[in-house]
Amino acid sequence: MTEASTEKAPVITAERSGVINWDSLPRRMMVVYVPLILFLLTLLFPFYWMVVTAFKSNAELYNYTDYSPFWIHSPTLEHINRLLFETDYPQWLWTTMLVAVCSTVLSLFVSVLAAYAVQRLRFKGSQWVGLAIYLAYLVPPSILFIPLATMIFKMGLYDSPLALILTYPTFLVPFCTWLLIGYFKSIPYELEECALIDGATRLQIMWKVTLPLAVPGLISAGIFAFTLSWNEFIYALAFIQSSEKKTVPVAVLTQLVEGDVYHWGSLMAGALLGSIPVALIYSFFVDYYVSSLTGAVKE
Amino acid sequence: MASTAAAWSGQRPEQSWLSRKLDDRRVLAFLFMMPVTILLVTFLSYPLGLGVWLGFTDTRIGRDGIWIGLENYAYLFDDSVFWLSVFNTIVYTTLATVFKFGLGLWLALLLNHALPFKSLIRAIVLLPWIVPTVLSAIAFWWIYDPQFSIISYVLTKMGIIDTNIDFLGTAWNARFSLIAANVWRGIPFVAISLLAGLQTISPSLYEAAMIDGATAWERFVHVTVPMLMPILAVVLTFSVLFTFTDFQLVYAITRGGPNNATHLMATLAFQRAIPGGYLGEGAAIAVAMIPFLVASTIFSYVALARRKWQQGGSDD
Repeated sequence: MTEASTEKAPVITAERSGVINWDSLPRRMMVVYVPLILFLLTLLFPFYWMVVTAFKSNAELYNYTDYSPFWIHSPTLEHINRLLFETDYPQWLWTTMLVAVCSTVLSLFVSVLAAYAVQRLRFKGSQWVGLAIYLAYLVPPSILFIPLATMIFKMGLYDSPLALILTYPTFLVPFCTWLLIGYFKSIPYELEECALIDGATRLQIMWKVTLPLAVPGLISAGIFAFTLSWNEFIYALAFIQSSEKKTVPVAVLTQLVEGDVYHWGSLMAGALLGSIPVALIYSFFVDYYVSSLTGAVKE
Repeated sequence: MASTAAAWSGQRPEQSWLSRKLDDRRVLAFLFMMPVTILLVTFLSYPLGLGVWLGFTDTRIGRDGIWIGLENYAYLFDDSVFWLSVFNTIVYTTLATVFKFGLGLWLALLLNHALPFKSLIRAIVLLPWIVPTVLSAIAFWWIYDPQFSIISYVLTKMGIIDTNIDFLGTAWNARFSLIAANVWRGIPFVAISLLAGLQTISPSLYEAAMIDGATAWERFVHVTVPMLMPILAVVLTFSVLFTFTDFQLVYAITRGGPNNATHLMATLAFQRAIPGGYLGEGAAIAVAMIPFLVASTIFSYVALARRKWQQGGSDD
C-alpha cells in the first residue's frame, strides 16, 4: 500500500474508471452472477436429487436409458408409503422430536442461568468460567463417546432416550451459553440498574426485565440447540440399540438398508422427511439466525 | 413509589430470610452456576478423564479392565491401520479445510455484493449446513453409486468418460469423494461467517485505499484480508477441530472402506470400541486425537493474538 500511495493523480482517475467498468453489466455478470449461480446450483443439487429419487418409481429409478434421470416421468408415493406404513419411521420421528425438545429445554434452562451469572452477576472469576465454558465447546463428541458409553451403561441408561437427553447438553450448553453471554451483553445494563433502584429483587429483574428483552437471543439459541440435537449422530448410534428407540439419522442409515439391498427411493424419502422439520424452522428464522450467528462470530 | 422510598431508606419491605439470601449477588451466582457445573462436570470433564484412564486399561464391553499402562499405545504404534487412519485424518482435514476456506471466502465475497433476493440466496447457501449431516451424506452415497451415479451419467453423456467412475471402490477415489462431500457441507458456515466479517469492514477504508491508487487485488490483500483475520482465525479453529474429529460423514458413506482406506481416527476408534468391543483400545485412539486438537487450537489462537498485537492490542 505504501508503494501505491506514492503514485500520483493520473492513477486515481484510471482506477476510478476501473470502478465504473466493474459495475458495467457484462463484467458484473461474469464476475458475480455466473459464479454465484454455479455455487447455488452445486449447493442445491443434492437436495434436488433427493427429491427426484424419492418420487420416482423403482422401474424408472434404475433405468437411465429409457428415462432421463433428471426428471420424474410418473411420480409415485410408493417410497413414502413404504416408509410411513411399513417401517418404524413415524416412531423414529417421534423419538427424535422428544429427544431434541427435551435436551433443548434442559440446555436453555441451564445456559440462561449460567450466562446471566457470568455476564450480569459478575462473581469473582466469572471471566475464567466463561472461558472454560467456551473451551468445553471445543471438546468433540468423538472423543467423549467411549467413556460416556461406559458411564451410560453403568447408570442403567443404555438404550433409553434419557441417555441422549442427558448427554446432548454437553455440546448444547457451551454453545447456548456462549451465545447468550453475547446477547445479555448487548442489553443495556442501565435498564437493570433502574429496576434495582426501584426496589426489584435480582430474580425479579432477571425474570421481568432481562429475559423478555433477551427473547430473540433465546429463540436463536433454541433453534441452534434443536437442530444440533436433531443432527446428532454418534451418541445416538453408540447408546441406542432397539430399532424403535433410534433417532432419524441413525435409523435411516442402519434400519433402511437390508443386507445388500438398498432401497434408494425409501432412503432418499427418509432423508428428505428427516430434513424437513429443521429446514422449516430455519426458513422462518433465517434472518434472525444469520444475525445471531454473525453476532456470535463477532464476539 | 413506595418501593422506591424503601430502596432509598436502605430497606426493602417484608423480605423473608430466603428472598434476602436470593438477592445476594454471590449466593445467586452460586445457585445459577450449580446446574451448568453439575452437568458439564458429570458428562464432560469426568468422561474426558475417564477416557484417558480407559486408554491405559484393557476394558472390553461387559468386563471391567485392568491397568496395562502403555500397552494399547504400543500396540497402536505397530498397527498399520492406525497409522493409515492418522494419515487419512490429516489428508482429510488439510484438503477439506483448504477448499472450504478458498471456496467459502469466494462465496462470501460474491454475497457481499448488492444482490437481489438476498434473503432467499442466504437461505439456499445455508441449507447444506442445516440439514442433518447423515441425511445429506446418504444423498451423496447415492450420487456416488457405482452403477447409477448421476455424475458418471453426465460425464458419459458429455463424452468425457467411457466407463462409470468407481467413486467409493478405490482408496483415493473414496478419499476425494468424502472430501468433496465435506467441503459441500462446510462451505455455508465459512461463507456466512466470513460474510459477517466482510460487512463489519468500513467502506471508508476501501475509499481511502482507492484514493491511494490501490488496485482491486491490493485492496483485497491490504484491507480485506487483515480486517478479516480475527474472524478467520475463529472460524478456522472451529472448522479444523470439527473436520479433524468428523465421524458421521465417513461412517455414513464408506464406514472406513474400501479396505480401511478412508478410516479417520474417530471412525476407527468407534469401530474398535463399540462393534469390536475393545473399549480400552478405542479410547486410546480417541485420546491420540487430543494432541493434534490442542496443537491446532493453540496455533490459530497464537495467530489471532499476533494479529491483535499488530493492530494495537486493545481492540476486540
